Amino acid sequence: MSVDKPSAHMSHKEVRQQIKLPFSKAVEISLRSIKIRFARSIITAAGIMLGIAFFASVRMSAEFSVIHEKIVHETVAAFQAGKLHHITEDQTRMISSATTDVKAAQQDALAARERLDWLSIMALIVCTVGITNAMLMSVTERYKEIGTMKCLGALDSFIVKLFFIESCLTGFISSVIGFLLGWFIISLVHIFTDGMLAFGAQYWKSSLTLFGLSVLIGTFLTFIATIAPAVRAAQMPPAAALRVEI
Amino acid sequence: MDANEYVVRTKGLVKEYTMGDQTLRALNGVDLDIYRGEYISIMGPSGSGKSTLFNAIGGLDKPTSGSVFINDVDMAQLDAQELAYLRCHTIGYIFQTFNLIPVMTALENVTLPTIFAGMSTDDGIERGMELLKIVGLDQRLHHKPFELSGGQQQRVAIARALANNPSIILADEPTGNLDLKTGQEIIALLKRLNVEQGVTIISATHDLKMLDISDRIVWIRDGRIDKLEERKNIELKMGEMEGEPVH
Ligand SMILES: Nc1ncnc2c1ncn2[C@@H]1O[C@H](COP(=O)(O)OP(=O)(O)OP(=O)(O)O)[C@@H](O)[C@H]1O
Ligand SMILES: [Mg+2]
Repeated sequence: MSVDKPSAHMSHKEVRQQIKLPFSKAVEISLRSIKIRFARSIITAAGIMLGIAFFASVRMSAEFSVIHEKIVHETVAAFQAGKLHHITEDQTRMISSATTDVKAAQQDALAARERLDWLSIMALIVCTVGITNAMLMSVTERYKEIGTMKCLGALDSFIVKLFFIESCLTGFISSVIGFLLGWFIISLVHIFTDGMLAFGAQYWKSSLTLFGLSVLIGTFLTFIATIAPAVRAAQMPPAAALRVEI
Repeated sequence: MDANEYVVRTKGLVKEYTMGDQTLRALNGVDLDIYRGEYISIMGPSGSGKSTLFNAIGGLDKPTSGSVFINDVDMAQLDAQELAYLRCHTIGYIFQTFNLIPVMTALENVTLPTIFAGMSTDDGIERGMELLKIVGLDQRLHHKPFELSGGQQQRVAIARALANNPSIILADEPTGNLDLKTGQEIIALLKRLNVEQGVTIISATHDLKMLDISDRIVWIRDGRIDKLEERKNIELKMGEMEGEPVH
């Protein structure tokens, strides 16, 4: 038995400082933690994925309507300037509907875009609530584990690190998959309803921007939703964390 | 008296819980000195403050006033990192509800404290296997807690508590969720560790079987020490109680 030899006089220098584990150890443990509760991780991730997929699909629809409007505008302009030599069937339809009632067409487009903007905001709110809910649950159900780890010598900062890594990874991967899902489905739908006209450089540019935005939002929301309850749990005295029953 | 004799001392320990405008005194001035290497049981009715005392001694909760000294160090003076060191190296905890990490195997659970102590993975695994052998579970290394019986889970928890060679084992009703026979086995195991490895064992309990093997028994009632008995006096009493059923 190794028993620290105490001296008669108390001095708190006798107790050594707990070592700070390297970041790599935290990465190792959080990866293992995601892996061993894989089924649970998938459910948590699904919440984020669906939220981001919804957001991405609504935003992508909005992008399509912008691109579409732009194409119509360009086509009409080219037609009026007499620069159109081979007019396709699509273009004929575009030009006739845009020139017969210019005001109505513009108003329609504006109303549609406004609707989609509102829908995007709603999607973002739904997504935030979904992610917050999923992450809050996944931290709350681990209060006891957090308390136990602290009893075994984990520092508060280490526990926060674990959840930091877990949330960033989960948030990032789920957002990427969620974006791809929403983006792909809406693009597919667009092909079936409006044809291939919109799939030019502008389409890829918008897609890329939306990808960045979705992943950023998804990762950030997941991180915020995880880290707040995790910090709270880590700072609790272990006795309190161990008492939490869900 | 030589201060080295004591591994834990509490002075005027008070713990109050506030709920709304009500204040409840769960501990009301507890002075307790615990000798190095003894097996001490804390007995008392439900709600008397045993778990509260357990939490205060183990540094799992801060007392409202009074102090706890571990190896003559005032726990209140420790910063977060020193407290974590103490929890990791000096004290091993055992709970009524086992508190194993459900997603980890028996071996992983036992290895966890060695990670926090900075031991290498290989050394930790070796240590874990050695400990699971000591508690008689070397055939169950890779089982998850839900695949183990209550008694087996408590053995894993005991092995985990021993991982970093603590000088104190704190147990809060370690047999509370176990049947009579399994409870007896756990008590025997704790006693064996106490005798063979010299670990100080502090155990809150309702279990009268614990009395048999304890060096001393602290009775608490309403957050105060009611009486403190040595085993020799208990044995006398046990004799007197002969014929009475002991549950
Ligand atoms: N976190 C808490 N908040 C409020 N009151 C508490 C809390 N923990 C304990 N108490 C109260 O403090 C008193 C002592 O509780 P404690 O858990 O220490 O009793 P105990 O002796 O361990 O009982 P048992 O044998 O049932 O485990 C009880 O009246 C209990 O209701
Ligand atoms: Mg209790």
